[in-house]
Amino acid sequence: MTARMDKRFADLAAEGRPALVTYFMGGDPDFETSLAIMKALPSAGADIIELGMPFSDPMADGPAIQLAGQRALKGGQTLAKTLEIARHFREGDQDTPIVMMGYYNPIYIYGVERFLDDALACGIDGLIVVDLPPEMDDELCIPALKKDINFIRLATPTTDDKRLPKVLENTSGFVYYVSMNGITGSALPDPTVVGGAVQRIKGHTKLPVCVGFGVKTADHARAIGASADGVVVGTAIVNQIASSLTGDGKSTGATVPGVETLVRGLAAGVRSAKLVAAE
Amino acid sequence: MNETPNLNSFKTGPDEDGRFGIFGGRFVAETLMPLILDLQAEWDKAKTDPEFQAELKYLGAHYIGRPSPLYFAERLTEHLGGAKIYFKREELNHTGSHKINNCIGQILLAKRMGKTRIIAETGAGQHGVASATVAARFGLPCVVYMGATDVERQAPNVFRMKLLGAEVKPVTAGSGTLKDAMNEALRDWVTNVDDTYYLIGTAAGPHPYPEMVRDFQSVIGIEAKQQMLEAEGRLPDLVIAAVGGGSNAIGIFHPFLDDESVKIVGVEAGGKGLEGDEHCASITAGSPGVLHGNRTYLLQDGDGQIKEGHSISAGLDYPGIGPEHSWLADIGRVDYVPIMDHEALEAFQLLTRLEGIIPALEPSHAIAEVIKRAPKMGKDEIILMNLSGRGDKDIFTVGKLLGMGL
Repeated sequence: MTARMDKRFADLAAEGRPALVTYFMGGDPDFETSLAIMKALPSAGADIIELGMPFSDPMADGPAIQLAGQRALKGGQTLAKTLEIARHFREGDQDTPIVMMGYYNPIYIYGVERFLDDALACGIDGLIVVDLPPEMDDELCIPALKKDINFIRLATPTTDDKRLPKVLENTSGFVYYVSMNGITGSALPDPTVVGGAVQRIKGHTKLPVCVGFGVKTADHARAIGASADGVVVGTAIVNQIASSLTGDGKSTGATVPGVETLVRGLAAGVRSAKLVAAE
Repeated sequence: MNETPNLNSFKTGPDEDGRFGIFGGRFVAETLMPLILDLQAEWDKAKTDPEFQAELKYLGAHYIGRPSPLYFAERLTEHLGGAKIYFKREELNHTGSHKINNCIGQILLAKRMGKTRIIAETGAGQHGVASATVAARFGLPCVVYMGATDVERQAPNVFRMKLLGAEVKPVTAGSGTLKDAMNEALRDWVTNVDDTYYLIGTAAGPHPYPEMVRDFQSVIGIEAKQQMLEAEGRLPDLVIAAVGGGSNAIGIFHPFLDDESVKIVGVEAGGKGLEGDEHCASITAGSPGVLHGNRTYLLQDGDGQIKEGHSISAGLDYPGIGPEHSWLADIGRVDYVPIMDHEALEAFQLLTRLEGIIPALEPSHAIAEVIKRAPKMGKDEIILMNLSGRGDKDIFTVGKLLGMGL
C-alpha cells in the first residue's frame, strides 16, 4: 500500500511541515500495552509509525532499544504477534502509514513470501530491515516492491555520493537518513551538518528524506525538521516507556499517557518547523 | 590460489557476492557497507602483492614460529591401537594457538588501510590475546570485547591481554559469551568507522571476512600437506578439527578439499547433549539463518531468535559457524559431528598423560573424535588432527570440573 505513504507525505507537504515519525518496539512491555501505545500515537501527533520487530541480537541498536527488545521477547512477543498488533491498529486507522523495522532473521525464518502476504493483509506500508543493504536486495527488497510494499533504506554519513545511487536505486516510500555513524540512542549531531547531508541526498532523489538517530526533544525535532521532510524519534519514546514500568518491567497506568505526552511535545516541535522548499 | 580453475573444485568459493551456495553474503547495516567494500578492495590487492606476501611470510617464520611441526603421536596411536595419529602443532605458535596466523595477516591489512585503532571480539580469549599481541607489535591501541561470563572463566587470558596493553571490555548483554561480544564489537565499529579496523577472529561475518580469514589460516593445511608427504609419502585418510566459528578447521580442511581420498570431519561442541539447548552444534542441531553479517547454520528458535548455546569450551561457545562450513556440510564434502563436554574433558586428560601435551578444551573435542575413530581404522591408515591451541588457559576450568584444588 505505497499509496497511503505517498498521500501522507503529499498532505504534509501541502501543510508545509515535516512528518513526525515515531518508533516503538512491538510487544514492549507486553502485547496489550504496546497495542494501546500504537493506537494512541496518531491522535498525539504521530504522522507515520515505525513498529519495531524485536530481535535477540540487534547489532545496530543502543542499550535502550536492546532492552526494549529483550522486554518484548521475554513477554512472549513473536513476529506473528507484531503483525497482529498492526492488524488490530489498522482496524481503527486507515490513514497512518505503518513501517515495520527490525532485522532480517525473524522474517527469513517466518518465510519471505508468507511474511509479505501477511504484512499486506495487516496493513503494513513499508519495511526497514537494518541488515539488508542494497547488495542483498534479492532477499526481501525486490519481493517486497513486487507486492507494493515500500522498502525504506537507511543512508548514513558513510554513504558517499558514489554509493548513494546504489542505496537509492530500489528505495521507496522515503529515505531514512541516519544522522550519525553509530547506534540508536546516541547524542544529537549538529543540525546544520544534518541539513547539508539532507540536501546532498535530495540531489539524488525525489523521495522524502526523514532524519533519525539522536532526536529526543521538541527542540531537536524543530531543529532537524527545519531541513528534513520528517523527523524520526525512537529511543526517546522507548526510554519513556521504560521509565514508566514497574521494577519487574510491567506496564503501569503511566505508560501510555507518558508516551502520549512526549509525542504531543514532539508533534508541536515539528509543527513549528518550517519546511524548507523541497523542490 | 594459483591453481588452474576446476569446475568440480570445492575451492572456488565464495562468489563475488561472498556466497558459498546459499551461505555467506553481506548482511550488515549500511554504515558498514562502505568499510566492508574498502576492506575487500584492499584484500584483493594484498592477495597478489608480493611485498605483502613476503611480509606475511617473514612474520610467520620469525614472529609466529612457522612452520608449526607435524607430530606423530606415537603413544596415543599405540594406546588406541588403530590408525596412525598425527597432530599439526598449532598450539606451539606464538600466543598458543592458530589465532595469531589470522591476526598477523589482518593487522598488516589494517596498516595498509591507514587504520589507527583495532577492535576485536573474543570467546576463549585466544583471539583477544593474539589481537592484543599484534596490536602491541604494530603500536596500535586495541579494544577487546569479551563476554562477562568468559572474562570470568578465562581469567589468565584477560590478564595477558591487559599486560599487552589492550583494553578488555566485558559485555554483560545476553549470556555474556562470544555472540554478545561480537554484537558489541559491531556496535563499536558502526560508531568509529573512520579510524577503526575490526579484526574478526573466525572465518565468519560479512564477506570478505570468511574468505580472508580462511586464506590466512590455510597456511595450516598447506604446511600439513607438505609435511605429511615428507613423513609418510602420502596424504592422510582422515582430517579432523574442532569447529566453533571454524577458523582452525577451515584452515586445515581447505587445502585438502579437492583430494577425494581424504575424508574430512569437523567436530562441534555437543555440550551437555543435543536434546536440550545446552550445546553449540549449529550444523548438527541448528538451521540456516542470518546473523553477524552472514547466512549460515544457527541455533535459533521458531521465531528466528538466536539461542545462547553452551560449551565447556569458551572458544566453541558460539551459536553459529562460518558459512563455508555450512556449505561444505550441505554438499556433503565434510561431516560434522558433536562431541559432548565430558568426552572432551576425558580426551584432555588422556592426551595430557599419554603425550605430555596439555591441549586447549577446543581441540580436546577433536581429540575425543580421534579416540572414537582411530581404533576402528587400520594400522596403515593415517589421521591428521589440528591441535589448534594449548590448554594453559583452561587449567582453572578443568581443575574446577575435576574437583582438583589449584
